[in-house]
Amino acid sequence: MSESVNGVAFVILAFASIGGAVGMLTTRNIIHAAFWLLEVMVAVGGLYLLLSAEFLAVVQILIYAGAVSVLMLFVIMLTLRRREDSVRPVEVSIGGGILAAVFGTVMYVAIARYGDRVGEMPIVVPDTAALGELLFTQWALPFEVASLVLLVALVGAVWWSREGDDR
Amino acid sequence: MTIGPSAFLGLAAVLFALGLYGAVARRSAVMVLMSLELMAVAVNLNMVALSRFVTPTEMTGQFFAMFTMVVSAAEIGLGLALVLAIYRQTRSIELSSIDSLKG
Repeated sequence: MSESVNGVAFVILAFASIGGAVGMLTTRNIIHAAFWLLEVMVAVGGLYLLLSAEFLAVVQILIYAGAVSVLMLFVIMLTLRRREDSVRPVEVSIGGGILAAVFGTVMYVAIARYGDRVGEMPIVVPDTAALGELLFTQWALPFEVASLVLLVALVGAVWWSREGDDR
Repeated sequence: MTIGPSAFLGLAAVLFALGLYGAVARRSAVMVLMSLELMAVAVNLNMVALSRFVTPTEMTGQFFAMFTMVVSAAEIGLGLALVLAIYRQTRSIELSSIDSLKG
């Protein structure tokens, strides 16, 4: 027995995420790029829903679409002196294109050769209550370390970004 | 039409390749950070998909994705703070203006 993913929903979300990523890389306006990134994040949250990872979908929307995008927009607007500065010249990098193409080809070959060894989607659906229980029993130590990492990063970010020379 | 693990892995590979291109090609520090986020999201998608297909009850990939999210949130906070600090010093966030270590 196996479950299956809704093909139509997958195609729509895949199109939305890849389209958003392409839009982010091709737009000349850096503020538009931040909104394209937001769109990618929301689409990936939808993909998490398809994979029955409801908690991660909500976290994805909250953290990436909510917090990270707002942070990006804040920094963009704080570092623009004039409105016109947000429009940038088209930047094309041949080296970057080659790098991405080589990476994509290697990944394509690897997935084409080994991707189907994983097999069908099991009928057992991950359960958010079980996720919470595992998080606070088996994964309790990594969880606490993660909160410490966030705390240190927060203090560091405040330290770096404040005004003044009294460091 | 069945969507297997290959579809998710392929989508994540495409997203990662696009992020890789952006991180190399764009010259604004904020755009580079955005591309890094795109790559982090692609990796997370891989882990959640494999978790669903391989360990649906243990959910190992979901926990790894959760901790990756924490690390990438910390990274983006610190990265943007650095961008602000650099902007204060050089009045610019172009990567080409950050060359004070160049010999």
